[in-house]
Amino acid sequence: MASIHLKNLGHRYSASDAGIDNPYALNPLDQVWEDGGAYALLGPSGCGKTTLLNIISGLLRPSEGRVLFDGEDVTDLSTERRNIAQVFQFPVVYDTLTVAENLAFPLRNRGMDSATIEARVSETLTMLGLERRANERARSLNADDKQKISLGRGLVRTDVRAILFDEPLTVIDPHLKWQLRTELKKIHERYGHTMIYVTHDQTEALTFADKVVVMNAGSILQVGSPKELFDRPRHTFVGTFIGSPGMNVLRCIFDGEAAVVDGVRLPLDEATIIAAHARGLAASGVSLEVGMRPESLVLVDAGASSADDPHCFNVDVIGVEDLGRHSLVRLRLGQQLLCALHPEGAEIPEAAALRFDPARTLLYESSLLVEAIG
Amino acid sequence: MKVQNNKAWLMVLPMLLLVAVSAIIPLMTVVNYSVQDTFGNNEFFWVGTEWFQEVLASERFHNALQRTLLFSALILAIEIPLGIAIALAMPRRGIAVSFCLVLMALPLLIPWNVVGTIWQVFGRVDIGLLGHGLASLGIDYNYTQNTLDAWATLIIMDVWHWTSLVVLLCYSGLVSIPEVYYQAARIDGASRWAIFRFIQLPKIKRVLLIAVLLRFMDSFMIYTEPFVVTGGGPGNSTTFLSIDLVQMAVGQFDLGPAAAMSLIYFLIILLLSWVFYTVMTSLDNDATSEQGRH
Repeated sequence: MASIHLKNLGHRYSASDAGIDNPYALNPLDQVWEDGGAYALLGPSGCGKTTLLNIISGLLRPSEGRVLFDGEDVTDLSTERRNIAQVFQFPVVYDTLTVAENLAFPLRNRGMDSATIEARVSETLTMLGLERRANERARSLNADDKQKISLGRGLVRTDVRAILFDEPLTVIDPHLKWQLRTELKKIHERYGHTMIYVTHDQTEALTFADKVVVMNAGSILQVGSPKELFDRPRHTFVGTFIGSPGMNVLRCIFDGEAAVVDGVRLPLDEATIIAAHARGLAASGVSLEVGMRPESLVLVDAGASSADDPHCFNVDVIGVEDLGRHSLVRLRLGQQLLCALHPEGAEIPEAAALRFDPARTLLYESSLLVEAIG
Repeated sequence: MKVQNNKAWLMVLPMLLLVAVSAIIPLMTVVNYSVQDTFGNNEFFWVGTEWFQEVLASERFHNALQRTLLFSALILAIEIPLGIAIALAMPRRGIAVSFCLVLMALPLLIPWNVVGTIWQVFGRVDIGLLGHGLASLGIDYNYTQNTLDAWATLIIMDVWHWTSLVVLLCYSGLVSIPEVYYQAARIDGASRWAIFRFIQLPKIKRVLLIAVLLRFMDSFMIYTEPFVVTGGGPGNSTTFLSIDLVQMAVGQFDLGPAAAMSLIYFLIILLLSWVFYTVMTSLDNDATSEQGRH
């Protein structure tokens, strides 16, 4: 097991792309993956997740920067010498071999003696719960058992420094996804491998990982715990991508104490105001954005009480969708659309207002969170 | 509700007629000849299995059969591994792919008798590029007089003509293997041989079976090329079953023995093809039966 340091790493697929706007599939970045961590790499399709993963495993050589394992430069090492395990989107098994032979395959290739191989294989079979199918041909298994074998070929090796997963549950039945993910989590807790798990599914990422790395358009936008990503997204993309529905992001200006959305003042909390002043945002009158989670908004009756409350503003209700336990209420503030959650069955007021929490109302400049530095 | 009538037979009828005209009637004609004898004037006598016994006991048939078996064995032993090797070495992307595919397809487009003529001329000691070239190097090569030279010429000719078929079939199997298998193999530290043995070979097994069957049947029935190049000689050294059969049927007009031999020939091809098929698919069947247990 190892910590992985991607040092000033960037990748362009072709040198001839230099002329176009952004030639990078992966923008230059510097990122450390700590030893024994369970990371999820989350982002929409085509954002560079798989490119990043293949660079770590050595299937792809980065066009710039270095890859360090425990401080040792492995950029020029081949995949097999890096001692990385990787599980792919589609399960890879060696059809003609049995389950046990499949697991023994990476050990045989490395010339281990048969007694050690046998011990390791039977231990791995137990770990995966495949003992009873050890002597069956791998091709006769169903997709999730095949995917377990793909994983098992990584677990069977004692020298493996990290296990990489490239959307491993894509072909797995929905009811087995949850089960397999739980098993992965258990294996991680028990054996402490460094794991990096690529997915575009936020539920998968948030349940599997201690640390989630959110990527978009070839850049890492934020690294944090699921709670951090939810409560304090540092980029508007993170806010809208994580959460269902995503964060409301509204255009606004900053008047020195509050975000002003189409003439409506939303007072901000102390820390945000200080940070915004530090950046001189009040004087410049630049266009900013304010972010509010639908979960932080409360729909109330626009009456006398809300008119006096500075943390309430009037909105127009334009639609209601039933989500089961909640209703999703689509609203309009000035010219901009936003949504809020409302308890199932509770009445939607005719004249509605929203009560917001300044502590959970965030300010963004050029998509980046305005917060105290350090 | 089930309709009780025989209308379905009307649907089958055209196909039945087609098969009858193209296969059953000619085959039955041969069966008819094989159990009778004639002295001309369209008079036939029933002889039962006499011709079959005669053919099976004759040394001429045994020799021709052995030659044909040896020829097919050599063809398979050379063309299958060579075809796989070339397919593995072929490029997977870029302009070179089209170039290689066209190059490979060229020999397959040449008619059999033209192939025979090309090699007949190519190998001649007086004017042929190959024959004359070898002679000027001081190598004593003459396919019309030396048995070994005649065999070598026929085998090299067939390898030149038909290895492409094996290559193209294997190549189609190889390019259909998803890239992720090779990536997984690199993760697992597999050697080049292990990749071939555990990924590529299992994935091309089906097309390889077709290649083996086609090359076996074609080489076992080879007629035109040896007829054009060596005419079955020197002596009888390249007289394969097909050449022998034509000599018997057309040359000597022994219709009865020729018909009996045709049927035996047909049954041998059928039997050996079945053996190849059974052996090569046995692995698949193993896996299926195991799957059936669950």
